[in-house]
Amino acid sequence: MHNLIIQFWPSVIDGTTTGAIYALMALGYTLVYGVLRLINFAHSEVFMVGTFASLFTLHALGITHAPGGIAAIGVFILITLAAMAASGLVAVGVERVAYRPLRKRNSTSLANLISAIGMSFFLQEVFALRYGRDLIPFPRVLQKNVLFHIGTGVVRSDKLLVVVGALVMMFILDRFVNGTRLGRGIRAVAQDPSTAMLMGVNIDRVITLTFLLGGIMAGAAAMLYGTFYEVTQYNIGFVIGIKGFTAAVLGGIGNIRGALIGGFALGLIETFGGAIFHAQWVDVVAFSVLVLVLLVRPTGILGENLQRARA
Amino acid sequence: MAMTAKRITQVTDSALAPLFKSLHSLRTMWQRAPKWARATGYLFVIVLAVLAPAQSIGNFMAPQSDWRTILFYPIGSYILLALGLNVVVGLAGMLDLGYVAFFAIGGYSMAVLGVNYHWSFWEILPVGIAAAALSGVLLGAPTLRLRGDYLAIVTLGFGEIIQRVANNLTITGGPTGISGIPHPPSVGTLSVLSYGVLDARPYYYLELAMIVLVIFFTTRLEKSRVGRGWVALREDEDAAELMGVPTFTFKIWAFAIGASVGGLSGVVYAAKVIAITPENYPLLLSVLILVCVVLGGSGNRIGVILGAFLVAWLPERFRGLANYRILIFGAILVAMMVFRPGGIIPAARRKAELLEGRGGGAHLGGEVDIEQPGSTPEV
Repeated sequence: MHNLIIQFWPSVIDGTTTGAIYALMALGYTLVYGVLRLINFAHSEVFMVGTFASLFTLHALGITHAPGGIAAIGVFILITLAAMAASGLVAVGVERVAYRPLRKRNSTSLANLISAIGMSFFLQEVFALRYGRDLIPFPRVLQKNVLFHIGTGVVRSDKLLVVVGALVMMFILDRFVNGTRLGRGIRAVAQDPSTAMLMGVNIDRVITLTFLLGGIMAGAAAMLYGTFYEVTQYNIGFVIGIKGFTAAVLGGIGNIRGALIGGFALGLIETFGGAIFHAQWVDVVAFSVLVLVLLVRPTGILGENLQRARA
Repeated sequence: MAMTAKRITQVTDSALAPLFKSLHSLRTMWQRAPKWARATGYLFVIVLAVLAPAQSIGNFMAPQSDWRTILFYPIGSYILLALGLNVVVGLAGMLDLGYVAFFAIGGYSMAVLGVNYHWSFWEILPVGIAAAALSGVLLGAPTLRLRGDYLAIVTLGFGEIIQRVANNLTITGGPTGISGIPHPPSVGTLSVLSYGVLDARPYYYLELAMIVLVIFFTTRLEKSRVGRGWVALREDEDAAELMGVPTFTFKIWAFAIGASVGGLSGVVYAAKVIAITPENYPLLLSVLILVCVVLGGSGNRIGVILGAFLVAWLPERFRGLANYRILIFGAILVAMMVFRPGGIIPAARRKAELLEGRGGGAHLGGEVDIEQPGSTPEV
């Protein structure tokens, strides 16, 4: 208990940081689920490709240590764009190859899931065979300076970047979905695909757009993950993917603002869980949260009626 | 994309049509054959399985490694696991992505009870099976009320939890695992029944006996009331519920039976290998077993056994492929779902069910002409 009191503020800060990344990942699951009512299992690999894309951009720029001033901003913009572009493209590609042919045939959700798992392992192996199975280090992009203190907790520049970056991305996405014509198409299809189609919405285009948006969010998450943890690996997406999905379910899958709340909530729960038990139990805590949420309140915090989707 | 997919489907279908057609007529012949002919067929397969460890067969099947060891693991173990997973995925239509967890529970039951408490193999076997079945029920009870894809993710998480718990606990030996696991007691002085270190044959025969038992039980189950209930809830859960099928109970049953076969397989595996670590139970194994089921034709035992054999044997025979194994199997999963969701040998009953307006139920004596070119069955 004493441990918990000392660890309180550091846990809040760490939980918010990891939670921001989970929230960005959760958005990808929630968007696709909202439109297609399917769990995009390959989303974790969309994230993985994003981390590699930002790493390769850093290598191409010849960055070995943290740049300063204007150069730093330029580097950040470049790696962000690279990660978003790569992840977005992979997400759209996954939809084309693994989902669209099945959708045209009205396959079951089981078939979709199996196809996605195949895709996921295929992508992992492409990177594993090309770049090996070990952890690959990132060069340092951002000096990890201590900015200020909250209680006993220390706010570092990289943690602040992750949280602020994630919040900005979520705000942009929220405005896009709720405020633009294309976003209205997404919401229309999410509500009722056949009626939306009758009203002149091009469903295929909306679905491509949804995967693209989810991919862009995963790309942003990947860039932030790379700058914060400074490593990547061919299977790095797996755990992040499960946690992003847990966050989406926790907040209420299909609900964009729910993904945000779910992400931060999961980040805090697992960091505190780690502080109470032991750091090696963090993942077990997160998985248990998933099972418990499904058991107690399967509609999540903000609520999305899962049973409705069954019909 | 959809257009190209369709075209490729047509091309592959027409190229492979003679093969599939002959598979079909073979099955029809088998179903119409008299009882004595079928009994001879079964006997022939069993004799073949008993003779399989022969050196001359091994020289061809696995020239680069010890064929008898490979027959036990991966081939035999994969077949056993695939038969168990087939109950969950193929018969009841639920996706379990953490099936390796039950394999691990069986394995650790054998290791912990055998090493720490000096139980013998035959005492541990029922305990390991019961432990796996119980964990299946505990996992299933909260999650089976949910949609299928949630179940998939939760079971995936469960598989990870089991591996991590085994990695963190002291009773399971942490990352180094447990070693010195006892072998099953030898029977008499027969070399094929004395369980030592070098000769893998006794373990293979033990496993073969288990496979035959599992095939026997699942066949009986499939034709029972429970089996018909599974088919009903796989095809349409709401309709089954309305018709009075206790869907939740039957789902739990499928889950528990699948889990107990996984546990059985785990106990047998651990009894041979002397030492196990959490790394013996990766997520990848769950996926590979799923590939076995889907590739062969989920719901069809012969297909599933063939699928498991191919998945286990091909990388051993063609060592050059071993590196690309996961890449190829990943691609196979996608391709199977896109082009041939029923598997190499689609389940006859399922195919019959999907012939619209024909009532289905060929196995129950219904009038179903399986030769009819029907729509592609779905998983």
